[in-house]
Amino acid sequence: MKPSPDGSGGCPRGAHSSRVARERAIEWALLFAALTSVAVTVGIAGVLVYESLPFFRHVSLAEFLTDPQWTPLFSEAHYGILPLVAGTLVTTAVALLMALPVGTITAIYLSECATLVVRETVKPLLELLTAVPTVVFGYFALLFVTPFLQLIWADLPGFNMLSAGLVIGVMIIPYVSSLSEDAMRAVPMDIREGSYAMGATRMQTALRVVVPSALSGIAAAYALGISRAIGETMVVAIAAGMQPTLTWNPLEPAETITAYIVQVSLGDLPHGSIGYQSIFAAGLTLLLMTLLFNVAGYLLRKGFWKAY
Amino acid sequence: MRLQSAIARNRFVDSLFAILGLLAMLVGLVTLLALFLGLALDGWSRLTWRFFTSYPSRFPVEAGILSAWVGTTTVMFVTALTAVPIGVGAAVYLEEYAPKNWLTDLIEINIANLAGVPSIVYGLLALGLLVYQLHLGQSILTAGLTLALLILPIVVTSAREAIRSVPNSIREAAHALGATKWQTVKDHVLPYATGGILTGLIIALSRAIGESAPLITIGALSFIAFLPHPPWQPEFPYLSFQWLLDPFTVMPIQMFNWVSRPQEEFHTNAAAAGLVLLGMTLAMNGLAIFIRARFRKQIKW
Repeated sequence: MKPSPDGSGGCPRGAHSSRVARERAIEWALLFAALTSVAVTVGIAGVLVYESLPFFRHVSLAEFLTDPQWTPLFSEAHYGILPLVAGTLVTTAVALLMALPVGTITAIYLSECATLVVRETVKPLLELLTAVPTVVFGYFALLFVTPFLQLIWADLPGFNMLSAGLVIGVMIIPYVSSLSEDAMRAVPMDIREGSYAMGATRMQTALRVVVPSALSGIAAAYALGISRAIGETMVVAIAAGMQPTLTWNPLEPAETITAYIVQVSLGDLPHGSIGYQSIFAAGLTLLLMTLLFNVAGYLLRKGFWKAY
Repeated sequence: MRLQSAIARNRFVDSLFAILGLLAMLVGLVTLLALFLGLALDGWSRLTWRFFTSYPSRFPVEAGILSAWVGTTTVMFVTALTAVPIGVGAAVYLEEYAPKNWLTDLIEINIANLAGVPSIVYGLLALGLLVYQLHLGQSILTAGLTLALLILPIVVTSAREAIRSVPNSIREAAHALGATKWQTVKDHVLPYATGGILTGLIIALSRAIGESAPLITIGALSFIAFLPHPPWQPEFPYLSFQWLLDPFTVMPIQMFNWVSRPQEEFHTNAAAAGLVLLGMTLAMNGLAIFIRARFRKQIKW
């Protein structure tokens, strides 16, 4: 059979063109679905900027960034984001001091030392940690970890950043370990064999050969973990307290950016009030803080997979 | 002799390192175990039939999770119904159709970035856009859409992996028989990828079920002493969508409400709600593993 000039094979013309039209329409619909993600990003940026613009018309950027008090709901209002940023940074730092070493060592162990059976059992079990609802972790921090820590520091307040930070740390271990382990396992075997052939032990090979080769993948895992810790909400809202105090001491209660948004949302603030606008300003700050680490993580990951 | 002692020392350090690794691994696992046991010990006694069939109450012993689990179920229904077509559509586009150009790059960067946006920010998006611009109110519909956007990156990524794992020979065979691109996708690629897509969807929903921050932000209430409208009505067209616009509460918010009260009896309620919630997410994860294993057994390339 000779193909007809329009390339449709033996099909009648009408059926062909309607089929082409249908294929086109479907392709457009699929593209539309894919563009949803772009729309969501634009929507997030748009809503946060649009709703916090009136806030920044009322509060100067200098006051927002330097005032040491955050009391937007009081009659004598102060609009300094610093106490919330400090709370976020302290809980994040505690979480990272927990998660980065533990997660990295776990990853090295699973990738370099553990037998196949151990790896295949432990990995899914660790990933269960990401399936536990964060409000359950909050309950755990407030009613288990804090009383436990109070055995060590008798005068530790019931709400404190230490216990919230530690629990967030455990929560993000699987994010750190899973991605780091993938990166380490992607390091080609011949590099390891070269190291073993030179007489290096498993530890020497792991620390001096495998980890440096997988560094950008591990860094991407760290970036993801940091961004999770910054954005974590329920654990800090439950266990770290809800008074915005400017303190760098993890043994004290303080409020994070996320906990503030929860606190305001629990009340009934009228749309358009300064308190309502302040949660969008806080959200914008939060988004910018996490964006930094998300972009870094994305670039690092992309660079790493290209390298091998 | 020196060499031997060096080897012995290295061996020793090596085994110390292995022990350290084991300990690090145990941190996560022991915490997980402690969390389960603690929750079970505290909440088990409250898990009676009445707990599931009662509304929240001022009296801890009488309070239950009826409105919470009904809310969670309806919200998840809306979430799944929204996330599946958009997520799978986006995945099909990116895997089967997308040309290599700036638009595709933009979409991919966006999906990667959205996966890292804190969940509470989605709540702010929903509050500003769905609640106040589109006037959907603090309803089941708003909550379902919010969580659908939240899990979209997970759904897209897992669906893409499932589609990618379908070998090219299947597509080539379909094309060789004259199938169009969409016929190939619909009749051959998607059926083979269903297991992977379903697994990813269930895992994503198990994340959404435990999310409370974005729903608190849109103004979900924690004290709901009534159920949403039923999805049917006596007259034509018999189906009713009134429930979509009803106020709601969900399991994690109910639990949060009980945790943040000072009375210890409410903490028992919180533990019981936490157990139910944990049971739901674990059951979903188990189901996902089961489906994955089943589909893997059925398909042999």
